Amino acid sequence: MENQGLSLKKKPTSPRALFDSFWTGVASLCMIITLIPLFAVLIFVGIQGFRQINFDLFTQLPPPPGLSEGGIANAIIGTLVTVAIGTIISVPFGVLAAVYLSEFSGDNQVAKWVRFATNVLSGVPSIIAGVFAYGLLVATGIVGFSAVAGGVALAVLMLPTIVRTTDEALQIVPQDVRWAAFGVGAYNYQTVLKVVLPAAIPSILTGVTLAVARAAGETAPLIFTALYSNFWPSAPPKGLLEPIATLSVLVYNYAIVPFKPQQELAWAGSLILVLLVLITSVTARIATRQKTY
Amino acid sequence: MMENMEQDTIPVENLQTVFSLEHVDIYYGDYRAVRDVTFTIPKNKITAFIGPSGCGKSTILRCLNRLNDLIEIFHLDGKINYHGQDLYASDIDPIEVRKRIGMVFQKPNPFPKTIYDNIAYGARVNNFKGDLDDLVETSLRRAVLWDEVKDKLGESGFSLSGGQQQRLCIARTIAAQPEVVLMDEPCSALDPISTLKIEELMHELKENYTIIIVTHNMQQATRVADYTAFFNAEATDKGSKVGFLVEYDNTETIFGNPRHQDTRDYVSGRFG
Repeated sequence: MENQGLSLKKKPTSPRALFDSFWTGVASLCMIITLIPLFAVLIFVGIQGFRQINFDLFTQLPPPPGLSEGGIANAIIGTLVTVAIGTIISVPFGVLAAVYLSEFSGDNQVAKWVRFATNVLSGVPSIIAGVFAYGLLVATGIVGFSAVAGGVALAVLMLPTIVRTTDEALQIVPQDVRWAAFGVGAYNYQTVLKVVLPAAIPSILTGVTLAVARAAGETAPLIFTALYSNFWPSAPPKGLLEPIATLSVLVYNYAIVPFKPQQELAWAGSLILVLLVLITSVTARIATRQKTY
Repeated sequence: MMENMEQDTIPVENLQTVFSLEHVDIYYGDYRAVRDVTFTIPKNKITAFIGPSGCGKSTILRCLNRLNDLIEIFHLDGKINYHGQDLYASDIDPIEVRKRIGMVFQKPNPFPKTIYDNIAYGARVNNFKGDLDDLVETSLRRAVLWDEVKDKLGESGFSLSGGQQQRLCIARTIAAQPEVVLMDEPCSALDPISTLKIEELMHELKENYTIIIVTHNMQQATRVADYTAFFNAEATDKGSKVGFLVEYDNTETIFGNPRHQDTRDYVSGRFG
């Protein structure tokens, strides 16, 4: 027993070992509790929604109240259209604003305020973006309830994410590389367009897809901009200026009506929405893996 | 110490001058980093800048192609003439300067592009009107990299080893067809074998280019440089350090029989 102090054997009953196991257990438990809501939602939506998945869902209009069958094709199209409009508006503005911030501003006062404003905007509740688009385009009668108004509301929500991720992505590109480009006699714009932006593209894509995923699931800003419609959207450009159905608003409307077929469609809509968001998130992951720096 | 048989010992005054610096002071804001540097750099020779950290040798190097312009608070007094033209005159286009005076950096910094595009970039931004494939091959051959990469020109520049990346950067620099190549500690991130390759390369390039190299490695200066400038730093009253030129001569003299005690101490490794 003299060599007790030199023993290297494990002592599973020592206070330290017990303390260690205890906290490992607590941490694992918390982790599981955190995952419960996520999986509960996914499983519930999956089971409820999966039963409704059929061909008609993607090709038919929702049935009138009291009738069954039908699909949510118009809402799927509507979501894709509004998100596309939001992306078309927010990506060029967002990316170029970030290029200014990172490459041309020299971190001046303007840049500091723009960055601050972007952070504030990203914390603004989404319904405020909806009210803004409503006040800007609908209340003034410029376009009325429409895909365009919805797209503008979504663009406002997407902008801060895009500006911030692009700004960060550009700043990660090492200064060395810019110097190398200047060193062979490149102009500023050539350095940014041909070297810095391409190097940052995977990270920028990640930011854009995350913004798209967020926008696709938004309901509040669409309720009083895109409104809703039970019919097929008209062919563009007319269709873009009329109220349009979207998945999130469809779920919002149908989940609370007393008709079973509509409720079932709401479940199906939820599932499709979750899948859309999942696909975009996975795309973002894959894009991140191509990162240069 | 290895002796270099190719080294020149002709007095600098008797050679054709590329750069002449006259009473150059360099400031970052109010802080003076370098004071009163005057000397000339000869054409088609290798000139080394040596000295302890903080003596301003890299700063001076970056002034020679106006790369310091990118630092906002940078400011230069005195004159740097390049073939008789004042580099800091108001009507000088820094882009034109950098086209003629290329730079290789301390850390290999290939563009995140293919090997081919890394070389072609400089030519493309300069509206090169010849055969691009030909230029890429010639540049890679001159940088003694061609045989190692000729079968994988489409792969990323990052797929190469550190030494190969640095030779890629040298190839990229010479593809822009400069007259002068500035090298800022080009071998400090490389292993001895890669270092040797780059040094051999410098001897070959000397035929066509004027090379100026900043190095912390004194053996490297004795191996490659024809002329060597020793810089030192001294503390000012304000507690900051200011760099200045101590001695400039052919490499043999600087390392064998310098005039200043400080130079003697530095090259014999007694400080710095």
